[in-house]
Amino acid sequence: MAVSSPRSSPRQLIPPEPPVWKKFLSNLSRIPWTWRITVAYLTVMLFVPIAAMFLKAGTEPPAKFWEIATSPIALATYDVTFTTSVIASLLNGVFGTLIAWVLVRYKFPLKRIIEASVDLPFALPSAVAGLTLATVYSNNGWVGSLLAPLGIKVSFTRLGVAVAMTYISLPFVVRTVQPVLQEMEREIEEAAWSLGATQWQTFWKVIFPPLFPTILTGIALGFSRAVGEYGSTVIIASNTPFKDLIAPVLIFQRLEQYDYSGATVIGTVLLLISLVLLIGINLLQAWARRYDTK
Amino acid sequence: MTQNEASFPPRIHSGATDPKPQRPVKSRDWMPIILIGIAIAYLALVLYIPAANVFFQAFKKGFGPFLSNLTRPAFLHAAWLTLILAVITVPLNTVFGLCAAWAITRHKFPGRAFVLSIIDLPFSISPVVAGLMIVLLYGRQGWFGGWLQEHGIRVIFAFPGMILATAFVTMPFVAREVIPVLEEFGKDQEEAARTLGAEDWQIFWRVTLPSIRWGLLYGVILTNARAMGEFGAVSVVSGNIADKTQSLPLFVEDAYKQYETEAAYSAAVLLALLAVVTLVLKEILERKTRIKDVE
Repeated sequence: MAVSSPRSSPRQLIPPEPPVWKKFLSNLSRIPWTWRITVAYLTVMLFVPIAAMFLKAGTEPPAKFWEIATSPIALATYDVTFTTSVIASLLNGVFGTLIAWVLVRYKFPLKRIIEASVDLPFALPSAVAGLTLATVYSNNGWVGSLLAPLGIKVSFTRLGVAVAMTYISLPFVVRTVQPVLQEMEREIEEAAWSLGATQWQTFWKVIFPPLFPTILTGIALGFSRAVGEYGSTVIIASNTPFKDLIAPVLIFQRLEQYDYSGATVIGTVLLLISLVLLIGINLLQAWARRYDTK
Repeated sequence: MTQNEASFPPRIHSGATDPKPQRPVKSRDWMPIILIGIAIAYLALVLYIPAANVFFQAFKKGFGPFLSNLTRPAFLHAAWLTLILAVITVPLNTVFGLCAAWAITRHKFPGRAFVLSIIDLPFSISPVVAGLMIVLLYGRQGWFGGWLQEHGIRVIFAFPGMILATAFVTMPFVAREVIPVLEEFGKDQEEAARTLGAEDWQIFWRVTLPSIRWGLLYGVILTNARAMGEFGAVSVVSGNIADKTQSLPLFVEDAYKQYETEAAYSAAVLLALLAVVTLVLKEILERKTRIKDVE
């Protein structure tokens, strides 16, 4: 059977072989129009721009690409971008989980408003966020003036970038962890308590393990957002190279100097990083979903 | 093992009969208060104090200066431009989002998860990179740059580029909100309508749209908020010329850079109010969909 079928099928396939493109077109015309609109829009808005970027980056000789991508100033911006993003997303990993926990488990006044306000970073434009964070955390701002006597300068430093990134990535952990926590059965916890476990033990041994992949997903989502953030960070930072200049701002500066190849190379690096992060987040989500079936 | 199994039935029973009043098991102590306190303190530092500061700074000298800032021509033009940006990009992405959501949920095909990731892609791409891609396509040295120049069309450093940038960053919102609703709603009623002789278009208007309207509206509101607030991608392609290609967020930054802090904050108040309205509507819509879930 396995031998005979390939022998007979080419014979049947030979007649329509010449107009392959015609077959392709007739297949195209059978595609529902919703698909056609979707694919056309995605092509114009997403695929062609990404292709333009990669092809433009491809016109650089590899040696030159590497030279621009790893120039000292570029490396310094990656360093600032990644360390601040990691700090911000980990901070939100801890406090976001805590906020999700508090929102799911406890009742307290103004809970509704507090719950809704977690999404503020999604709704408040990043330019406004950068503006007000820069003021609040400046040396004579509401919070900054309390930190200044301790010798901590926030606005126009790396720390300020971290604050802006913390703001921007806050909702991700809360909104990822909250629904999972809500669906977790309290019976298991209560079983642990009734068997004599302390609250701490219950948290670490019963609640935390199944929640961990979800928290990690939230952190990764926040991290990926923080790495690309521009609006709030450009305002709160002094944008000095080797100090608090982040990669997206460097791209912008390169473009302002009409250095298209420089901008393209660093932009390609950033795009590749976000693609890798997207794959990583998908894998994390698949891992987190494993606990669902249980 | 056996003990565990033996104790399971009563526990399930208690959970099923009274799901609400099971809270006073061990949460009577100070732990909740401390945790709530930490949560609110953290939120205050990151969200509430900065948000309150927007309004404080704008109204520091009273209502008069605030109003006079809002009647400047540069501000009015920026506000107008922002409005137009939203008016064009929101319907565009709503149509796309509906089509994409319908295509993905109503056809079974391999690689669905992959397509969903592709739709989410604009969220994970840095806005600056998004702007850069548009420059590389439509800029003077870009793929379509030559053709556009021959025909005297300006995209980069002009309004069309701003539309492209805004449409790019707001692309996934509607699809993302509608897909889960469509999935939950299922095909049954649509198929019933079809067997009764309804056409695709009729099915969409009479059956599908009413059942997804809250999810759709939610997506539209998020799209609108982002479209009006987008800064990074728009500032790359706009050239940021006051009175010409300056949207409201760009106006905020520009005024701040020119040390016109008050003007910056006056415009920021407007954008912050937009955020508040967005959150309130979002809350209402979420509650509407939740009530439906309970039914």
